[in-house]
Amino acid sequence: MEPFDPAELPELLKLYYRRLFPYAQYYRWLNYGGVVKNYFQHREFSFTLKDDIYIRYQSFNNQSDLEKEMQKMNPYKIDIGAVYSHRPNQHNTVKLGAFQAQEKELVFDIDMTDYDDVRRCCSSADICSKCWTLMTMAIRIIDRALKEDFGFKHRLWVYSGRRGVHCWVCDESVRKLSSAVRSGIVEYLSLVKGGQDVKKKVHLSENVHPFVRKSISIIKKYFEGYALVGQDILENKESWDKILALVPETMHNDLQQNFQKHHSSLQRWEYLKKAASQCPSNIKNEKCGPWLEWEIMLQYCFPRLDINVSKGINHLLKSPFSVHPKTGRISVPIDLQKVDQFDPFAVPTISSICHELDAIFTSEAEKEENQAESDIKHRTRVVGPSSCGMWDAASASPDEQCHVHAQDLNWQNPG
Amino acid sequence: MRTTRAGVGGRKVSGRDLRASRFRFRFYKKSPATREGGCQTLCVVEFAVVAGNKMEFSGVKRRKPWLIGDQRKASYPHSLQFYLQPPSENISLIEFENLAIDRLKLLKSVENLGVSYVKGTELYQSKLEAEIRRLKFSYRESLEDEYEPRRKDHISHFILRLAYCQSEDLRRWFIQQEMDLLRFRFSILPKDKIQSFLQDSHLHFEAISEEEKNLREQEIIASSTSLGGPKLELEYVYKIPFADALDLFRGRKVYLENGFAYVPLKDIVAIILNEFRAKLSKALALTARSLPAVQSDERLQPLLNHLSHSYIGQDYSIQGNAGKISLDQIDSLSTKSFPPCMRQLHKALRENHHLRHGGRMQYGLFLKGIGLTLEQALQFWKQEFIKGKMDPDKFDKGYSYNIRHSFGKEGKRTDYTPFSCLKIILTNPPSQGDYHGCPFRHSDPELLKQKLQSYKITPGGISQILDLVKGTHYQVACQKYFEMTHNSRDPDLDNRRLLTACPVLGMYALPTMPTVGTIFKDIVLREQCVVETAWMVYMTGRRDLESSLEDGGTEAS
Repeated sequence: MEPFDPAELPELLKLYYRRLFPYAQYYRWLNYGGVVKNYFQHREFSFTLKDDIYIRYQSFNNQSDLEKEMQKMNPYKIDIGAVYSHRPNQHNTVKLGAFQAQEKELVFDIDMTDYDDVRRCCSSADICSKCWTLMTMAIRIIDRALKEDFGFKHRLWVYSGRRGVHCWVCDESVRKLSSAVRSGIVEYLSLVKGGQDVKKKVHLSENVHPFVRKSISIIKKYFEGYALVGQDILENKESWDKILALVPETMHNDLQQNFQKHHSSLQRWEYLKKAASQCPSNIKNEKCGPWLEWEIMLQYCFPRLDINVSKGINHLLKSPFSVHPKTGRISVPIDLQKVDQFDPFAVPTISSICHELDAIFTSEAEKEENQAESDIKHRTRVVGPSSCGMWDAASASPDEQCHVHAQDLNWQNPG
Repeated sequence: MRTTRAGVGGRKVSGRDLRASRFRFRFYKKSPATREGGCQTLCVVEFAVVAGNKMEFSGVKRRKPWLIGDQRKASYPHSLQFYLQPPSENISLIEFENLAIDRLKLLKSVENLGVSYVKGTELYQSKLEAEIRRLKFSYRESLEDEYEPRRKDHISHFILRLAYCQSEDLRRWFIQQEMDLLRFRFSILPKDKIQSFLQDSHLHFEAISEEEKNLREQEIIASSTSLGGPKLELEYVYKIPFADALDLFRGRKVYLENGFAYVPLKDIVAIILNEFRAKLSKALALTARSLPAVQSDERLQPLLNHLSHSYIGQDYSIQGNAGKISLDQIDSLSTKSFPPCMRQLHKALRENHHLRHGGRMQYGLFLKGIGLTLEQALQFWKQEFIKGKMDPDKFDKGYSYNIRHSFGKEGKRTDYTPFSCLKIILTNPPSQGDYHGCPFRHSDPELLKQKLQSYKITPGGISQILDLVKGTHYQVACQKYFEMTHNSRDPDLDNRRLLTACPVLGMYALPTMPTVGTIFKDIVLREQCVVETAWMVYMTGRRDLESSLEDGGTEAS
């Protein structure tokens, strides 16, 4: 793949917005079938331009207006905001207090930096294939809850471009949810609590809620490979001391001694599980039994959400198909059927995709160039068994609510 | 939204010839033309000045009921309700007032019982039931001929809305007591009656079938901590959209499946109460906006004002108690009769010859409430501050303005009322160097224990108090303190507390209660016309009402 050079962005973006950005599908998504009048026209977008110039309250009349403006301004970054009571680009003309955010998709942002205290391979904005499993688990756990517990049908998961993933829930009733209910949903989905000064961040009650139980089953499938082998969390004294901090003091001596005797994280974990379940239950204030084992697994693997992103109706979030200015990677949708195979390092960068286009252009006849261009577009656009689903909804009968099968919007990683 | 007076009809009545006058006020909200088009009635109050000579008058205790038999039952199918529909019958001004005062007594009892006992306990429930029965309001489904109590309950609620919609404080108080009342009534509703009650109240909570329950038994038991044991067969479980169960699902206290929450009966109560609170809050705001029409009527205005003021707040205005205590009494009063929060403020003031702003506000308004005049207050604070080597001029410049302000003599001239317990507990917590606040809420338990020991409370009493504090029942703890320091459970105390407003002052000083006589005096003074005659007649006929109020044991002053 071509290396990405941020200095080339202006040129690359020009090409990207002229030839590759999927305007038709994008518009059809945000227009939601045109059922509600002016839904698209009242949507706020924000652009980040060259030299960090940030402009809010952008709005557009229709798809071609959107295309023209994006090609004209060449934004480095595009954010999507709420649907307002009036056209955002005219918000200054509206009487004070009358310009209100009314609807927006429910969104989640999961960021790898929030896991720095439990991953040993990377920190801050870095990611690698070892810690990416955290995102895989997060997607599985959250998506299951959104689908099975809350009954949300239209969920789009997107790679953020650098170190995390976003989720867009587009059901009609969900777009109308109040800020209080959104906060409540995040609270329901939260188990890891506390900042730097808190050692033990997960506390389970005796009654284990089905959501917690089901999340633990998901984590169990990955725990050995991710935590015990990949992260090797019980590799040496320095690393297992962190685990001991989550375990009652009375068990420390026994565990320290026995950890020395074993030779791998796997063995030590097995020992820890056994020791925990044998712990006499008459110790007050100390929990033993499977809860202890679960609390450790959850602290190391359970998703960590940013409540501020989800609760505000007017919060702006990076748009799918936007380019990440630092990595050049395109925010591509993630195929839920193939979550385990998703590789963030195989996601096309804007330079690779533009060079591909160029290469074809220079070496072949124009007819074939067009063919190739649409070939790339096709590869990077709607594929999969239900590719007809989403876009058909747009032309559905007015009686049918516009169901955007957002999860069908998925890109296949070329190469 | 517009409000209109619809159909004002009234004839001037002369001398002997007192013909019935009818006045009707209907408060409604006009919906925007694009939507429903009609009017949504908020509240209809119709009342008539009952006409006639003395004989007719005293014979008529109340209107004859206009419904018979099954019709009566149908209009009030349950012993409790959400007050969604305003009443629309004619009632006399007398009944209007009686209903209002009775309900006010009831809500005051609800408040006082809630402060004296932990809500939901057997003692609380039985006392509350006795009070409701005494005042002849509805509460239990199975009793015979529930029509009158239910009608009384219905109408009196709406009348009080008029009085209590007028300010944020009044609204909050009213909503709180109405919620406690509803919670009690719901708790004694038989389980099989719940479904029909919910349906009639347009709440879309459906109980799920046995099979549905069985499919999810494990999950529901694992999620709902309110369920006693592993037996689900005996419990009703309701299926409601998840967004309606926010307080439950956010803390993972309920089982969610496919967008629905499966809520056992015990938890449904919390949801219902929230619904009720939201609806009532909205209704009160709407009523407040239509109030000017009511207040312009000189008959209703004094009544409504007295209702809302008589039990909350402005009893402690100067005319009631002023000049009742002298400055040299304060020291002994502070140990004998003050609540602990004021006792510690007084002690700190005497020791440091100074108090910070929070302390000056809390203590200063309290002193005003128990009867200090402005002159006394100025003297009191100045004397003390000067002992702390403060310059008299500095005091005049810096502090006396604020004291005059709190007596309503400066600025916007609001006659501030003493802080209620809730305000002291919930707002403005004390920091280092402060002495205000509620000792039961804000003191470290060890410190509190020492303080109580120094106040010579018995060890048994102290541990009771500390237990209550641990359970966050701060006001009940303070009540216990009062009992311990006053040596008895004074039977009259319960009754007297009915008639006091500020819980803090309630125990320690008793205000003048505006009696029926004083209400009418006001009306009489306003009405120059012959309606005065009617009131005279009225007053002679209603002396029994006046005396029944005084049964409450007011210390007349």
